[in-house]
Amino acid sequence: MPGPRGRDGVKAKPKDAKGALRRIITYLMQYKYLVLLFIFCAFASNLGNLMGPNFAGKAIDAASKGVGKVDMHTVMHYALLMLIFYVSSGILSFLVQIGMMRVGRHVAQNMRRDVFNKLMTLPVGYFDRHQAGDIISRVSYDIDVVAMSLSTDVVQIVTSLVTVIGSFTMMCLISLPLVLCMIFTIPAAILFTRYRGRKTRPLYAKRSAAYGVMNGFAEEMFNGQKTILAYAHEDQVCENFSKINRDAAVAYKNADGMGMTMGPTVGLINNIGLAAIGMGGALMYMNGIVGLGQISSFVLYSRKFSGPINEIANIINEIYSALAASERVFQLLDEPEEAADIYGAVELVEAEGDVETEDVSFGYIPGHTVLKNLNLKADPGQTIAIVGPTGAGKTTIINLLMRFYDPDTGKIRVDGKQNDAYTMDSLRRNYAMVLQDTWVFNGTIFDNIAYGKENATMEEVVAAAKAARIHNYIMRLPQGYNTVISEDGGNISKGQKQLLTIARAMLYDTHMLILDEATSNVDTSTERQVQKAMRNLMKGRTCFVIAHRLSTIQNADNILVVDHGDVVEQGTHDELMAAKGFYYKLYASQFE
Amino acid sequence: MKLIFRSIKKYKWAIALAIFLKLVGTMAELTLPYILEHMIDDIVPLGDLKQVILWGALMFVAALLCRQFNVMANRKAVFNAHRVSYDVRQALFVKTVNLSGSQFDEFGLPSLISRMTSDSYNVQTAVQQIQSLCVRAPIMLTGGVIMTVSMDFQLSLILIVMIPFLLGIILFVTSRGIPMFTIVQQKLDSVVRIMRENITGIRVVKALSKEEYEMRRFAGANKAMADSDIKASTIMSIPWPFMQLCLNTGLALVIIFGARRVNAGLTQPGVILAFLTYFNMITMGIMGLNRIFMSMSKASASANRIDLVLQTETDQKIIPEAEALKPSGDEQIRFEHVHFNYNTIDEQHFTGGQHEKALEDIDFAIKKGESLGIIGPTGCGKTTIINLLMRFYDANEGGVFVDGRDVRTYDKDELRRKFGTVFQNDIVFKDTLYENIDFGRGLPEEVIIGAVEDAKAKEYVDSLDEGLQYEATIRGANLSGGQKQRLLVARALAGHPEILVLDDSSSALDYKTDAAMRKSITENHAGTTLIMIAQRVSSVMNMTNILVMDDGRCIGYGSHEELLENCPAYKEIYDIQMGSIGQ
Repeated sequence: MPGPRGRDGVKAKPKDAKGALRRIITYLMQYKYLVLLFIFCAFASNLGNLMGPNFAGKAIDAASKGVGKVDMHTVMHYALLMLIFYVSSGILSFLVQIGMMRVGRHVAQNMRRDVFNKLMTLPVGYFDRHQAGDIISRVSYDIDVVAMSLSTDVVQIVTSLVTVIGSFTMMCLISLPLVLCMIFTIPAAILFTRYRGRKTRPLYAKRSAAYGVMNGFAEEMFNGQKTILAYAHEDQVCENFSKINRDAAVAYKNADGMGMTMGPTVGLINNIGLAAIGMGGALMYMNGIVGLGQISSFVLYSRKFSGPINEIANIINEIYSALAASERVFQLLDEPEEAADIYGAVELVEAEGDVETEDVSFGYIPGHTVLKNLNLKADPGQTIAIVGPTGAGKTTIINLLMRFYDPDTGKIRVDGKQNDAYTMDSLRRNYAMVLQDTWVFNGTIFDNIAYGKENATMEEVVAAAKAARIHNYIMRLPQGYNTVISEDGGNISKGQKQLLTIARAMLYDTHMLILDEATSNVDTSTERQVQKAMRNLMKGRTCFVIAHRLSTIQNADNILVVDHGDVVEQGTHDELMAAKGFYYKLYASQFE
Repeated sequence: MKLIFRSIKKYKWAIALAIFLKLVGTMAELTLPYILEHMIDDIVPLGDLKQVILWGALMFVAALLCRQFNVMANRKAVFNAHRVSYDVRQALFVKTVNLSGSQFDEFGLPSLISRMTSDSYNVQTAVQQIQSLCVRAPIMLTGGVIMTVSMDFQLSLILIVMIPFLLGIILFVTSRGIPMFTIVQQKLDSVVRIMRENITGIRVVKALSKEEYEMRRFAGANKAMADSDIKASTIMSIPWPFMQLCLNTGLALVIIFGARRVNAGLTQPGVILAFLTYFNMITMGIMGLNRIFMSMSKASASANRIDLVLQTETDQKIIPEAEALKPSGDEQIRFEHVHFNYNTIDEQHFTGGQHEKALEDIDFAIKKGESLGIIGPTGCGKTTIINLLMRFYDANEGGVFVDGRDVRTYDKDELRRKFGTVFQNDIVFKDTLYENIDFGRGLPEEVIIGAVEDAKAKEYVDSLDEGLQYEATIRGANLSGGQKQRLLVARALAGHPEILVLDDSSSALDYKTDAAMRKSITENHAGTTLIMIAQRVSSVMNMTNILVMDDGRCIGYGSHEELLENCPAYKEIYDIQMGSIGQ
């Protein structure tokens, strides 16, 4: 049973935090003028907030003249001024809050877009090695953490820093000796933050990774839910999940538990600083170095100084966790992409369909050769069938033709030119294919059939569906072609999905066609009807057909018999039957 | 929301402790400025070094206490949140895995995944925050109100009148926020769904060069999510500046009325000054409350989504023997006049099920050790028979019996343990081949090896360096279609089930392997009742009985020879598939 062991990404290595920070900033730079504006607004708003008490003080001064002597006019004047400052500061901070929230969400949106676009460029092998759930977790959880942090932290840090610098300057102006009493708190706070950071950052990385593992496991198990139920295996799966769940919970507890000590400890350092000011101030007062008034106003400013430092200490955790999360995102963005088109690659437009392979060898894992020295030649319009026992490497040939993988050695030529002389996109666009693994997406049946051909009309779609013998079924559905189907939404059978995929390929007008067990789950009489349409489809096209029902490939121009990655025989059906070799035995076994 | 309260109930004492610790920490924190003030205003002028050191030391102690209690409180809060989130996720996972087929379809896989991760995370964050925010804000608020009231009742009325009004805004916006955040999470579901579709269908997407199109499709869902999030968060930002406006207007009024009262000799100017300080406290308190509620509205949207799954009633109850139907024969498997259709709750979410009868009047019986082949066109209801037999769905009419008992009387696991099943789209998990076959049953190694042999998988397993320890990648992507199918058959055989169900599980096998596999199953698992769904006549022709289906109905039932005689549809299929021999 799949257990927690051996899954990807549990090990959280301390990574390049600076690099991650730099890349987040690159995302922010896109909105740099807005961010600058918001930072400016935040300053202004802070200023307004600082001015407010000033006017309040003046108003109260005016009110302090004593009974019957209060200058109501002045009071009103200052009270209104105070109100104006407070209100405009409030409006500004509202703008900043909303603005940065929007910037944060847009950055998240851009990151999600980049991740998705990146996924589209990754080689298919990547998806065989990484769990869908883990990839999804990067988009849903990790990016969310980054967005949250950007929305609040950036502005707060910048404005806090200004308050800190401002009040520190004031403190220096008031009394340098008193500054000496508390100066030690600054390096202490910085050192402690860095020390703690070194400890918490890997913990946050672990937390992100653990969520990824948990999500990956949950996705895989939900995907196989029916199988699990069929084997009465729920309890054990839940138990396994319990371990992974606990790991995730503990990773959170460790990271946040550690992070949560940051704020109070920096607070402690600050408070010690205050106590030091109190005591040092007393000593200096006794020695006549400072006056009482100086101490009072110094304390006032030092409290203004330590407040934002506490804030920053709290925020720094969020930043660490955002950095850890973003590293997982950037890690994905740094995955090697599919081989880029070589310099001077040309568009393959309407290929003739002349396909040739020369001494092609290939293995998915180095040292495990799946195909050995494959030589095949398909002239335009020919049908090449590939038969052989399961696992002989038939689907691999398709993978190479489509350039899902590139051969280790040997060459594949299309229309006389090597495969990679064409742009990857245009090469693939010249093949239509129906695969063993059917795939439909959440959308209407119309959309699913029209998938390969943009702007397909209803008539075309209906014609394709009729040819694929799925039209009647579709018409019986309550909303006909507008019925929404989905990959995981149970009740559409695999055979029906295959027919939809065939209809999709029928709409897709190309000169080369790949059919990999295209009708393996379709019943015989439907298959026979579909085949009539398929023969029309195949007319004039170069076709590669993999099939077990040998009756479907008897008319092929050339049949390659593959066994253990070697082509052991080739020829037409009649030739091969006459040879009484491997093919003959395969053929005969159908009727055993 | 209810979910949050329900799940924290279990830890109420631990949470009370965290709150208490926070309370003490906060108290210590609040005393610090007073100590300092006292030092500077009263002690320093005395010039008494001892006193200074004493008070300084006291402050140091208070600072230490403050740090210690706050750290403890924070850790406790995180600790409690981690317990709660573990519980919530575990309950959600257990429930999800046990959902019935139609319930599972109704939620949809992507949505269940995002409930599992994003929603449970929102709940966890809220549980942690509540424990710290719940202390400070109320203290500030009540403290500030009490102080102002005790100083000048009439002036404080200005503030007190405003407070219920402010709380009203918070509650109003919160209640608005919940549905909006629910929409955000729904949009997240679409983002997750499109990602999953592209991850599972990457070959098709690439083959058809639809990357650009998919990027556009994703961009749409992505934008919808960001927009709904921005909208919800914008609404959530409104109360705070609004409250600031109210409070500051109140403050201006206090100053103006205060000045009047000073002028009239009713109050002291010092009172107005003090008001300003306490006013700050009240503002902080309200701000804290605001944050709690804003965070709660997001969390309760998520909590409600989780709760919706948790509150799903088990739709397939085990019924007592007395209410169960009685079979009219003692064969191992009986279908008696079974009618069934897949109910979809609403048309909008219709996902490909048939509205007409999926099964109509299906009636057959199999004795122990016998075999049944099911053949018929795509979508005619073959798999539905398995769905009813294993009770993934319940029949609308008629009875399904296993071992003389209505399937509805069985405990689910008891029923399903009788079966070894390979589904049409069955799953190979990311694990070793061995573990994929064993599937957590802890079977003896020789049994596994036997199953591998019977499933005719031995040859390819042996060709792998790691043998059975070979790691299958996700969805078995590093195995060919036929290798996967044989692995799945081995999984089904390994348990030596009473009933073996193979639903089109040899479609990717060549005929030779298929035949060899069937042979070894009939030879080595003779006592096993076999149900075989297939497209190939050759796969089912040796079964004791064959059920020929079309459109949910039985159009022929009997042995191969009988059907050739009296079932034209069967004969046609046979002729097509076998007729080519002569050519």
